Amino acid sequence: MNKIQVETSINGESVEFLCEPQQTLLDVLREELGRTGTKEGCGSGDCGACSVIMDGRLVCACLVLAVEAGGHEITTIEGIATPDGGLHTIQQKFLEHAALQCGICTPGFVVATKALLDKHPNPDETTIRYWLAGNLCRCTGYDKIIRAVQDAAATLAHPA
Amino acid sequence: MSANAGFAYVAPKSVDEALSAISNVQARGGRAQVMAGGTDLIVQMRAMDKAPRTLVDLKGIAETRRLEVGAAETFIGATISSAVLNEDPRLVKMFPGLMEGADLIGSTQIQGRASIGGNLCNASPAGDTIPALIACGAVCVIANASGGREMRVEDFVVGVQKNALQPGEFLLGIKLRNPGPRTSDAYLRFIPRTEMDIAVAGCGVALTLDAKGICTAARVGIGAVAPRALLVPDAAKALIGTRVDDAALNAAGAACTVASSPISDRRGTTDYRRKVIAVLCRRAGAIARDRALGV
Repeated sequence: MNKIQVETSINGESVEFLCEPQQTLLDVLREELGRTGTKEGCGSGDCGACSVIMDGRLVCACLVLAVEAGGHEITTIEGIATPDGGLHTIQQKFLEHAALQCGICTPGFVVATKALLDKHPNPDETTIRYWLAGNLCRCTGYDKIIRAVQDAAATLAHPA
Repeated sequence: MSANAGFAYVAPKSVDEALSAISNVQARGGRAQVMAGGTDLIVQMRAMDKAPRTLVDLKGIAETRRLEVGAAETFIGATISSAVLNEDPRLVKMFPGLMEGADLIGSTQIQGRASIGGNLCNASPAGDTIPALIACGAVCVIANASGGREMRVEDFVVGVQKNALQPGEFLLGIKLRNPGPRTSDAYLRFIPRTEMDIAVAGCGVALTLDAKGICTAARVGIGAVAPRALLVPDAAKALIGTRVDDAALNAAGAACTVASSPISDRRGTTDYRRKVIAVLCRRAGAIARDRALGV
């Protein structure tokens, strides 16, 4: 048995788990911790479905070893909504703009958008498109996603 | 025995700890593999070469995280992520071409993990930082049990996904000489789309102009057009002594075509790559020139 004990923080909560050295953070989130909001698309860092925020930086959970999460702070899609269960503005805008169809890419897009707006509260369209270039969507054609992100940025900057 | 038996992970806190971790694994007949951001390694380990090994994560070693802009030299630790590098305005100002290369590695998500050191050690023929590092004259700082050694970056990559590290060695970081007056660099790659692809061809150019605008020093690196990224001395010769005008740039581009030995694959044919590398050299050379002139 090569299992390693890891202590990390997920969505502000201290979490301990055991993992094998070669397991990814995505494996552990979904299969050991039951946090299935983070999706597996390609498993090779191309699609962004497994996007999570690690110490304030957007990463693919499939390209981080679970053991590497030790001592770091992870935010997953489950940590984006408000603690009382209300949708985050980003999530609300994805709904309003119908920025999803099948939905498998959506958690990754929402998390990536959160990281974007934390760093660039008022991004132009080019910045949004390049930032989200690592998130693939086969349904929407992206345009509705871009509109949702623009609306979310505007709403967060000037709350009604 | 499970198929996963034999995997292990260690995160040494010092160079000495890392060297002994590696030599202990090797003494047992095991395989040690050092890791920086892991964006290439994890994919390869899960999809291609799945053999058990001990992963030696270098990110806990202060020297591999060290970024120091000194009076004459800059040291970039091997595991610093591309995102961190591109957020440093000093680096973007001094080595704009190298930072462009680092900024082209993958998506935002990849940028948060991937490092120049990893890109270099992975030694892909199409690695975007390698031609830029060659153009900048980077020196690899290598740790080993006999006190370490240094190597010019153009000698570091020796073949397709092969680097010059010996068993028991690892890359600590790279050293760059800070650019003097009227010195700058540029990196361009061609891909069929605007983001998220692997270079069909890539070219880095670094040059120095004198007060009259005459090129006094130049280095040109090319990537994705040979088994490894190459320094092209003939391209540099075509630029030195000129104003880096169209004639000089055309000659430098032609030298890149001559130096290239590309394969045909789904990204581009041999003929296409040989043509495009000349175009990239001309354009990157013009950008580096304009940057050196401050225009």
